[in-house]
Amino acid sequence: MNTAVRPIKTAAENALVEQFTAAKARLPGNRDAREKAFGAVVEGLPHRRVEEWKYTDLRALMRDAKPLADLPTDAQVAAVDRKRVLTSFDASKIVFANGSLIESLSDLGKLPAGVEAVSLAKAYASDLPLLARFGEAEAPEDNAAIALNTAFVSDGVLIRIAAGTKVDRPLHLAFGQDGEGHASYARILIVVEDDAKVEIVESHFGEGHHQTNSYVELLAGDRTDINLIKLQAESLDTQHLATLAIKLGAESSLQTVAVARGSDVARQQVFVKFEGDNTKASLNGISLSGARRHLDTTFFADHASYGCESRELFKSVLDGDSRSVFQGKILVRQNAQKTDGRMMSRALMLSEGSEADLKPELEIYADDVQCAHGATCGALDEDHLFYLMARGISKIDAQAILVEAFVGEVLDMVEDEGLKDALAVVTNSWLMARD
Amino acid sequence: MLSIKNLYARIEDNGQEIIKGLNLEVPTGQVHAIMGPNGSGKSTLSYVLAGKEDYEVTEGSVELDGEDLLELEADERANKGVFLAFQYPLEIPGVGTMTFLKAALNAQRRARDEGEISTPDFIKMVRQHASDLGIDQDMLKRSLNVGFSGGEKKRAEILQMSLLQPKLAILDETDSGLDIDALKVVSDGVNRLRSPDRSFVVITHYQRLLNYIKPDVVHVMSKGRIVRSGGPELALELEKNGYAEYVEAA
Ligand SMILES: Nc1ncnc2c1ncn2[C@@H]1O[C@H](COP(=O)(O)OP(=O)(O)OP(=O)(O)O)[C@@H](O)[C@H]1O
Ligand SMILES: [Mg+2]
Repeated sequence: MNTAVRPIKTAAENALVEQFTAAKARLPGNRDAREKAFGAVVEGLPHRRVEEWKYTDLRALMRDAKPLADLPTDAQVAAVDRKRVLTSFDASKIVFANGSLIESLSDLGKLPAGVEAVSLAKAYASDLPLLARFGEAEAPEDNAAIALNTAFVSDGVLIRIAAGTKVDRPLHLAFGQDGEGHASYARILIVVEDDAKVEIVESHFGEGHHQTNSYVELLAGDRTDINLIKLQAESLDTQHLATLAIKLGAESSLQTVAVARGSDVARQQVFVKFEGDNTKASLNGISLSGARRHLDTTFFADHASYGCESRELFKSVLDGDSRSVFQGKILVRQNAQKTDGRMMSRALMLSEGSEADLKPELEIYADDVQCAHGATCGALDEDHLFYLMARGISKIDAQAILVEAFVGEVLDMVEDEGLKDALAVVTNSWLMARD
Repeated sequence: MLSIKNLYARIEDNGQEIIKGLNLEVPTGQVHAIMGPNGSGKSTLSYVLAGKEDYEVTEGSVELDGEDLLELEADERANKGVFLAFQYPLEIPGVGTMTFLKAALNAQRRARDEGEISTPDFIKMVRQHASDLGIDQDMLKRSLNVGFSGGEKKRAEILQMSLLQPKLAILDETDSGLDIDALKVVSDGVNRLRSPDRSFVVITHYQRLLNYIKPDVVHVMSKGRIVRSGGPELALELEKNGYAEYVEAA
């Protein structure tokens, strides 16, 4: 490694330092942990010469650092309530406005039996023991998105699903933004105890030129059954950094589907660690980008146990001069025999100007495993288009039908029909706008 | 009436000329058969008529009831009543057969300023046509043509034709791959659609199909042109003597 002389700090980097210096005294919780985390970014944001950020040069993409969001006004809370997405879908809601949990919009008082949820602000105030479990999924603390979250976060929610609870009504974590432009951070801990079952939906939406950073940590016990659905529908002017860190116990089943439709720049990081034997996880995503937007999914599966299965399918559709990035890595440790890992990424390019970077990787230290990865990148099949058009379907509709079929493979994994339909509506809205 | 005059067409990619001065007139209400050796350009002609972009027309004209087809995109031609039953119907994973049929039917209805069909009416209509053609309802639940046998794909093409009720239907080897019973079912399907205001161009290698679908005129195509035309008896003659005479002459 050559130690290149660092250029002068960017406006964003300077602003972050100023913000942290000004805010650290009043931020709740463990100040040392915040200082330590901020240490990872104090020297600067990651750029394209840092391998994990090669395709998403955060230093260049983050032109400024927005001021930390204030507590939302009543008008902003009302605006967030109006703009909520996936509303037709019945769930227990936990609603955030500009990063703050809004009790009046949330169903905290009427959560299903066995489900406990406490706001992060309250947890800090009462020094809730559950706080100690943050970080258990072992996502890299010095990762810039995580470090910024740890340094600045002041609200979020901690959820515990008690052992054996089969939660029959899904939970919906809704993160809305309203205002000109601010930075908002949210941190979520979901502890699913042994033999519990739950479906959790996460949505991000709103208006304004914001920088949002969410960090969800999911700790699953043994024999758990978990469904996670995420819709990222931030305003097209927002920068969205998101981390999902997962630790899975034994004999469990996890399925995730993430749809990225919004944001100017977004990076979704997923870290999943298989800590118990014979667990199955299927992690999937769709990204829809147009104009000059930039959507990144960075995925890391750490197989550290016997006989686990992981399936990943990430599909991106690109139009305009947009860019999509998929970096996926499956690590199989020496003791993780009988691992069965399959990762596929596919990019469908609707325009000449778009660019897809797909980087799948396998790193295997066990000898008795089945692992494969693949990546494809291409335009719509001209013959398929012709077949549809030869039946009278216009080119634009034929393209839409084929794109729906392309992303349908992922959407079909959403079991809840109502939710699937709602997500299909989102996909269609993008197809109409191609923005 | 379909009227093709002095048509020349080549493959866009490599410039190879496939259709070389072809003339053909199919009066409204008639069934014309085209027979000819492999590679003579029959499918290419059907693609050029349907508006596939891989081919470039360099000379000549194609009109349907006086309207220039070559000016139109594939979807516009379909909406004017052109239908091509493909020699090799494509499998399109992820596109539901019913979704596709409904999108096609409604696109054509919109183009003709007829309102969209209601879902119950649509389902009833598809069920009726499917059962006439011996198409299993379960097949309709699958992705378009995916996992259909060769014969099932051909039936599905005729189902589409029955729903769309075209003015000009071009059937490219719809009989190949069909068993004897299916041939009868499919032919019946075609015959049901015969009408004074609908024309058919039936491309086939086998005279047998023409026993079921009686043509008004039989054409022989060779090396990109129609080299001979005659009555139904011409098909019998070809069956007996093959194409040797035309391949040399053309
Ligand atoms: N897209 C293409 N690219 C390259 N060659 C092509 C293309 N389309 C047609 N051809 C060639 O043009 C010629 C005519 O093909 P076409 O499919 O029209 O013949 P056909 O008469 O339908 O034959 P068959 O009876 O075997 O179906 C063949 O030599 C074929 O290989
Ligand atoms: Mg052919």
